[in-house]
Amino acid sequence: MTTIESVATPVMSAGRNVAAYVEEARAECLRYLRNPGFLLPTLLFPSVFYLMFGVLLGHANGPDAPRYLLASYGTFGVMAPGLFGFGVSLALERDTGLLTLKRALPMPPGAYLIGKMAMAVLVAAIVSAIMLCLAIFVAGVHLAAPRIAAFFLLEVLGVLPFAALGLLIATLIKGQGAPGVVNLVYLPMAFLSGLWFPLSIMPSAIQAIAPLWPAYHLDRLALGAVGLGTDAPWPHVAVLAGYTVVFVTLAMRRLRRHG
Amino acid sequence: MNQDTCIARLAGVRKRYGNIVALDGIDLDIHRGELVALLGPNGAGKSTSIALLLGLHRADAGAVTLFGRDPQDIAARRRIGVMLQSAVLPDTLRVAELLRLTASYYPEPRAIAECAAITGVDDLMTRRYGALSGGQQRRVQFAMAIVGRPEILFLDEPTVGMDIDARQSLWAAIRQMLKERCAVVLTTHYLEEAEALADRVCVIAKGRVVSQGSVDALRAHVALRRIRCVTALDAADVARWPRVVSVDVQQGRLTVATADAEGVVRRLLDADPSLAELEVRRAGLAEAFQEITRESAAVQEAA
Repeated sequence: MTTIESVATPVMSAGRNVAAYVEEARAECLRYLRNPGFLLPTLLFPSVFYLMFGVLLGHANGPDAPRYLLASYGTFGVMAPGLFGFGVSLALERDTGLLTLKRALPMPPGAYLIGKMAMAVLVAAIVSAIMLCLAIFVAGVHLAAPRIAAFFLLEVLGVLPFAALGLLIATLIKGQGAPGVVNLVYLPMAFLSGLWFPLSIMPSAIQAIAPLWPAYHLDRLALGAVGLGTDAPWPHVAVLAGYTVVFVTLAMRRLRRHG
Repeated sequence: MNQDTCIARLAGVRKRYGNIVALDGIDLDIHRGELVALLGPNGAGKSTSIALLLGLHRADAGAVTLFGRDPQDIAARRRIGVMLQSAVLPDTLRVAELLRLTASYYPEPRAIAECAAITGVDDLMTRRYGALSGGQQRRVQFAMAIVGRPEILFLDEPTVGMDIDARQSLWAAIRQMLKERCAVVLTTHYLEEAEALADRVCVIAKGRVVSQGSVDALRAHVALRRIRCVTALDAADVARWPRVVSVDVQQGRLTVATADAEGVVRRLLDADPSLAELEVRRAGLAEAFQEITRESAAVQEAA
């Protein structure tokens, strides 16, 4: 056996290792940006909703409505790349054998998940940029530069808890069943977190359980970023970080056990 | 065989999935530069053997090594190439992008252009994977398998769904890998594929290697030859002749299986002067393979 070792195991330089992660992320971004079935609904749903309710009908709801709805539809918009781009794609790839092939290949550990995360973050950045452009140039919302930067950064990072939730769902359900289940999480959560209608006009029971949903916390932070919230940000940040850690931990435990 | 040429090994490996025993104490050594074909019925344990050597699953008992290491060690897998039967690759990526991504996993990969030339995918480089035909997709998968300059290549049913031309050009590419001293482990349902390529054939049945050797040795394992002819003789009579193993009539043609082809042919010609279209053939790998799996089943039942 020692003779085999002397045939020199090729060494992967640190540079090539980093390059492998970069290539994985690049390939993952390219493949989804070229997939209209994923990209169009992800970009169109929040922007069309915003144009309808925030711009066309917005001013009927008061002068702050376009700004308020930028926060809620922006939050709605970044949930999708996390849940669908990360969760559904992973669930499908566990079923089609792509994940098996990647595990057999000498892909660096974690490159697959980091690649998907990079893709979700990139799409979230595109969604947020579109929403900001619509708000500022179409709806005429006035936002100071620091507020724009804070909102953008918040929404881009805000994709992470939803990517973690998508990861967890994908480890529970694989294959064609996943898109349906993800929709059953995505749409009710958006509604119950007050992203479509303000929580203040909802029944008190729904208001009471709203803090259970990650989307509620991201929305409160987004409202603060656009200057409409009075909540202290750190409790919401802590809840979102906590959810992310719990989802990832549960998912990893399942992946280790079931592959 | 020298210990030091063995680069992949299963030693006394057992693996079960629930109540199903997939591998029942299998022993298999792969040496540098050789092509080993794994043959066997579905569910015999071929794919499980490969999955263990790729580190996809862990053995319940026994030792699995790749270059003397655990296959789950990524350093060992940097010396392999893989083509799996079932993997669906991303439709929207171009062929060149798939090769570039796969190459990035390896320390000293082949140049993409060189890899494309060997596998004949150079004219497909800018096409999207999803727009390719099934045969073209298999060629791209093969190109991905060799891009890392592997020392051992695992090919799980590589030519399924290919037409005869595509299959032969893939065989040529596999032979080129062998010339570079790359070992190849191949599972296949096409016996002519094993006949065309393999140095060594391992027949796997019920989770064990039931026979291994060169294709010729395997064929010699079955001493039978098949005599076919058009004759007026009654099949039931011929079946009672000495050293005749079996007789079959299909579309007016008599097929006789025997270990003594010369003796039986002489007697056939004597008995029927009008006998026509005489043909004598040695059993192919297909018959040998059937015979061996049948024998091993009989041995197991007797035991």
